[in-house]
Amino acid sequence: MTLSVALRHGFSGFTLDLAFDAPPGLTALFGRSGAGKSTVVNAVAGLLRPDAGRIALDGRVLTDTEARIHVPAHRRRIGYVFQDGRLFPHLTVRQNLLYGRFFAPRDAAGPALGPIAELLGIGALLHRRPATLSGGERSRVALGRAILSAPRALLMDEPFAALDEARKVEILPYLERLRDETGLPILYVSHSLAEVARLATTTVLLSNGRVVAAGPTAAILGDPGTASVLGAHEAGGVIAVRVAGDDADGLTRLETGAGPIWLPRIDAAPGRVLHLRILAQDVMLARDAPRAISALNVLPVTLAALRPEGAAVIVQLDLDGQKLLSRVTARSSRVLGLRPGLRLHAVIKTAAIAAEGDAAPPAQAPLAQDGARG
Amino acid sequence: MSLALTPEEWGALTLSLRVSFWAVVWSLPLGILVAQALARWQFPGKQALNLVVHMPLILPPVVTGYLLLVAFGRRGWLGAWLEEWFGLVFAFRWTGAALASAVMAFPLMVRAIRLAIEAVDPRLEAAARTLGAAPAWVFLTVTLPLILPGILVGAVLAFARAMGEFGATITFVSNIPGQTQTLPTAIYALLQMPGGEARAMRLVLVAVVVAAAAIVLSEWLSRMVARRVGGS
Repeated sequence: MTLSVALRHGFSGFTLDLAFDAPPGLTALFGRSGAGKSTVVNAVAGLLRPDAGRIALDGRVLTDTEARIHVPAHRRRIGYVFQDGRLFPHLTVRQNLLYGRFFAPRDAAGPALGPIAELLGIGALLHRRPATLSGGERSRVALGRAILSAPRALLMDEPFAALDEARKVEILPYLERLRDETGLPILYVSHSLAEVARLATTTVLLSNGRVVAAGPTAAILGDPGTASVLGAHEAGGVIAVRVAGDDADGLTRLETGAGPIWLPRIDAAPGRVLHLRILAQDVMLARDAPRAISALNVLPVTLAALRPEGAAVIVQLDLDGQKLLSRVTARSSRVLGLRPGLRLHAVIKTAAIAAEGDAAPPAQAPLAQDGARG
Repeated sequence: MSLALTPEEWGALTLSLRVSFWAVVWSLPLGILVAQALARWQFPGKQALNLVVHMPLILPPVVTGYLLLVAFGRRGWLGAWLEEWFGLVFAFRWTGAALASAVMAFPLMVRAIRLAIEAVDPRLEAAARTLGAAPAWVFLTVTLPLILPGILVGAVLAFARAMGEFGATITFVSNIPGQTQTLPTAIYALLQMPGGEARAMRLVLVAVVVAAAAIVLSEWLSRMVARRVGGS
């Protein structure tokens, strides 16, 4: 199942004009507020009629302005998890969860209430009313309600933006299981790169109503060209690592293709694959293997590409086929004689990656706000 | 002064209650429809509908009563047609008093229901649509339960207004004891008679009690609206 979107929609002083495909898995729509993310999601849901465009889910046309097709929202069968939950206040949790099921076709293959309630950890809340739930519980019920309507695709508009980090940590594993177990295309709006790096299989970068880059998440985040869109403090690559085991001194050993990385102890079973997001500003480069250095994680890499960014240079590194970014000054680049093909040692500051994976996510650094729309 | 009401006074009170009850019951579905249209729908003539609905609030009641007589009298263009096809007669019958009360109370009813509908978060209705509910189902399963307290408030207000209806009623259906004489028109008739003040006073007390009860009920229902639609 693939969701294809091509849209043009004008607002006062702002035009949205974009096209992208969302394959099965989780596709993140990432951009600053005002980039047009919610408009895209509302158009896919059928809640907004675009000026022009075509939206199709697995070949079934939902919107085609040229052919004058606009399938109403209630016949699209696209689940929508809203930023504010939007649970029905007059219904119990159970009635909320089953609301969509009532309208789904009888033969629709959808999950049952029991397993979903268990997956989301809301089995004990079924007789409560939304007003008595905590923010995290409400988010999970909203998610369950959308899944139980037996949708053919799922839209999520910053569903956890209202939650604090602790609650997010609680709910993200559910979302990962959902992504891996249902096989639905999920369109996920976010302005948190940490969330995107962790959840998204595909990433679509939006800026001012245009697609800046789209593709597999690791490729997009590891592309030095996207660094300027993401901002100096947010740019960074994502690499997959395998949990090898815990060491006696409180560190967990993770295997990359090029050598081990140690993180302060994380709760993950050996053999599990984690995605680590490593900020470009936290990767130092050395031409010779550094000795007597406090940083534990030094990995051999090959310089893949260079891209000047003002007084800095964004360096793309190849780590056994995976892409890592480093941000160095133009002067360092000159002194080191950086050029593609050069073999280097990447020094990864332990603290920078310790927070990723299944441990508590880092506090969000604010996005650089150059020319951001309100 | 005896507090016991005479059969004639009882007749006026029960007629008033009956007239008001049916006025509310028959106008409620239309009131909900009009409130929904004014609150949520976009259509040509919306302002005109708004104006027509509010007209009885602004017009002198005697004018409304006269217009009803012209339209629904036995020789009126609607009245003649209704009598011929349905055997339905309004002029100088208690049904006419109910019609006059319904028309006069309609703006209050619509206003209360409309406020309740406008307090419903349209984003909840959008959420229901994404879950597969067609517009009519959205109204029945989301909007209607959430505005139910508002509908009750509108009904209570309309009932109270109907209990007090005088001008349009006396113009349209006159003041016939046992047939069209309601509480207000009975009080008016007593005040026209020499020595009727004492008897009128008893009916005035009854009117005060009914009005006070309606206000208390409506206040209580208003608080329920706020709590329910607020979702806490």
